[in-house]
Amino acid sequence: MLSLTAVSARTKNLVRVILGTLLFFGLLGAEHLLSLELAQEWRLIAYMVPYLILGIPVLLDACSNLKSGHMFDENFLMGVATIGALALGEYPEAVAVMCFFQIGELFEDYAVDKSRRSISEMMDICPETANIEQDGELVEVDPYEVAEGSIIVVKPGERVPIDGVVVEGLSELDTSALTGESYPREIGVGDEAASGSINLSRTLRIRTTKEFEDSTVSRILELVENAAEEKSPTENFITRFARYYTPVVCGLALLIAFVPPFFTGFDWGSWIERGLIFLVVSCPCALVISVPLSFFGGIGGASRKGIMIKGSNYLEELSRVDTMLFDKTGTLTQGVFAVSEIRPSGVTSDELLELAAHAEAYSNHPIAISVREAFAQVGELQLEEGQVSSAGALRLSRVSDLREVPGQGVVCKIDEEEVLAGNKRLMDAYDIACDDEGVAGTVLHVARTGRYLGRIEVRDMVKDDTEEALRGLAALGVNRRVMLTGDREEVAERVAGQLDLSEYHAGLLPEDKIAYLKQYLAGSSKHDGKHRVAFVGDGINDAPALMAADVGIAMGAMGSDAAIEAADIVLMDDKPSRLVTAIRISRKTMRIVWANIVFALSVKAVIMLLAVPGIANMWLAIFGDVGVTVIAILNAMRALRVK
Amino acid sequence: MKKRYSLENLGCANCAAHMEADINKLADVKSAKVAFMTQKLVIEADPEKIEEVLDAAQRIITSYEKDCIIKR
Repeated sequence: MLSLTAVSARTKNLVRVILGTLLFFGLLGAEHLLSLELAQEWRLIAYMVPYLILGIPVLLDACSNLKSGHMFDENFLMGVATIGALALGEYPEAVAVMCFFQIGELFEDYAVDKSRRSISEMMDICPETANIEQDGELVEVDPYEVAEGSIIVVKPGERVPIDGVVVEGLSELDTSALTGESYPREIGVGDEAASGSINLSRTLRIRTTKEFEDSTVSRILELVENAAEEKSPTENFITRFARYYTPVVCGLALLIAFVPPFFTGFDWGSWIERGLIFLVVSCPCALVISVPLSFFGGIGGASRKGIMIKGSNYLEELSRVDTMLFDKTGTLTQGVFAVSEIRPSGVTSDELLELAAHAEAYSNHPIAISVREAFAQVGELQLEEGQVSSAGALRLSRVSDLREVPGQGVVCKIDEEEVLAGNKRLMDAYDIACDDEGVAGTVLHVARTGRYLGRIEVRDMVKDDTEEALRGLAALGVNRRVMLTGDREEVAERVAGQLDLSEYHAGLLPEDKIAYLKQYLAGSSKHDGKHRVAFVGDGINDAPALMAADVGIAMGAMGSDAAIEAADIVLMDDKPSRLVTAIRISRKTMRIVWANIVFALSVKAVIMLLAVPGIANMWLAIFGDVGVTVIAILNAMRALRVK
Repeated sequence: MKKRYSLENLGCANCAAHMEADINKLADVKSAKVAFMTQKLVIEADPEKIEEVLDAAQRIITSYEKDCIIKR
């Protein structure tokens, strides 16, 4: 935050620059438009006024930096260039250098401030207080003081301060600040509430499962805050380059100013002027500021889409990824089972589902849960259509004599009739004919009083946007898209068949995944050293692979510490299509960075080349310094904008 | 031990790069980073000497930008 004195110092500075600029342009106007003719000494005095107004702070800074031994400080360069121009009688040029140099600096400050602010606005997701109940009354406390396992109350419109599980209430959460997803998420008892999201409709009581500093919101803030510290190779290259660029150009300036006159008849003035032009373009500002600004913008823009990038280096690596390895369950697929097919035989599919759901009423097996969920959905559907029915509601009184057969299924009585629900082995045991043909998931066969009624297939479903994501990645030139899974070959084959994958490997143990990853890593760096290998996982079991890959990307990380810890890039929600967005952002950022580098250096080079034969003048040099900086900054700020 | 400090009034990107290079040259500094955009100084140094290191770093920083302060 700016303190009051800093603000007033800024305002003073602004007033000073405006005043100097107005005076300068007034003088220029008077000379050129009103044909005011002053004697040379009066002209010097007239131009000295705006020069000093504009230049004194620059000259003072130059002196103090010189005292500390910083030779190639930009204030010093500008000071030398303008004093030289004054000595040569080029008064308007001298003032113009000072004037535009400072306008450029003001613009720089404005741009940097603006992007810093837009990030801190995004980071304004951190709640300052938490509500806890004490003796039946709500008390506001510092979230740092809330112990794990406390009950906090989040009213509508408030942000969830600490990660936890809902113990009472039903509401919707707006998680857009975390995930970039604007669609509200329903939340009820037993659901996890991630800190940083906003409670939209009704009061929730939440039992905290973490302390404040370990909660999602704190970790994200830390991650984004620290992202600028990991500098990318390009950024380091430019910083190093700038360290040599300025002294070299200054050396050239000296050479140009003082060597040729010996051979061309001692016309010092015209060669010194050419040297001064070199001094003015020797400032590396355009590069030094626009590169970190672009990376910061790219990281900031990505975070607004729920893509947290831990450093500029990872953004740069990501832009060069051409091989992506995916974990299957939870990454490409939802990681939860759902009924994918109901094939009844002699009954309706609703009846089959109803029987299966009752038979599995007491089981906690994932398959049982997905069958019950499918049954509940049938009920909701009919309710929406206005039908009055008993569908969807389990009536446990209908179930009796329930017996589980381990590894096979369930035998019970529903409405006093014997029902079997289980796999083929259970059916075989009761001599009931059935088949598992064409099944890639897990199957539940149902029979009643010795008669086969059909089968229900349960699968881990591919996420809605996985297909689109893989197509998008292919279009972006991610040529190898490889699925690694511990699942059976048949299951992997089915998933791979639906998706635009270039390869898959099934039946892998965790260490096999690492072995494959290492193979791809070795292959890619042997090829050309330019391309990178990314590993995408859900972050829970994949920490070693996330760390071993060039770029480790963890998905669905809201609330998962391990993922945030191990990965280089963290996707807050679990949408694979965010990978496409992330690569687009990284490539756009790199394009902007390189466009700026090439643009700034080539303009400067051209001006220097033109200055040698005396074609370029001081005004062109000013453009080569300030103009280029402003254009580079404007270009860099595009990185912040993300579609 | 790595420690992170905010830098107030860090306004010049080129200076930030120079500060980083110079602070890294300090004898007791293992590594130092100056992040211009987030205005942070990350310094890795012996915890017992951290105060002296910060004083030296502050002198370097002041020599480039006289208003820039390490917030401790």
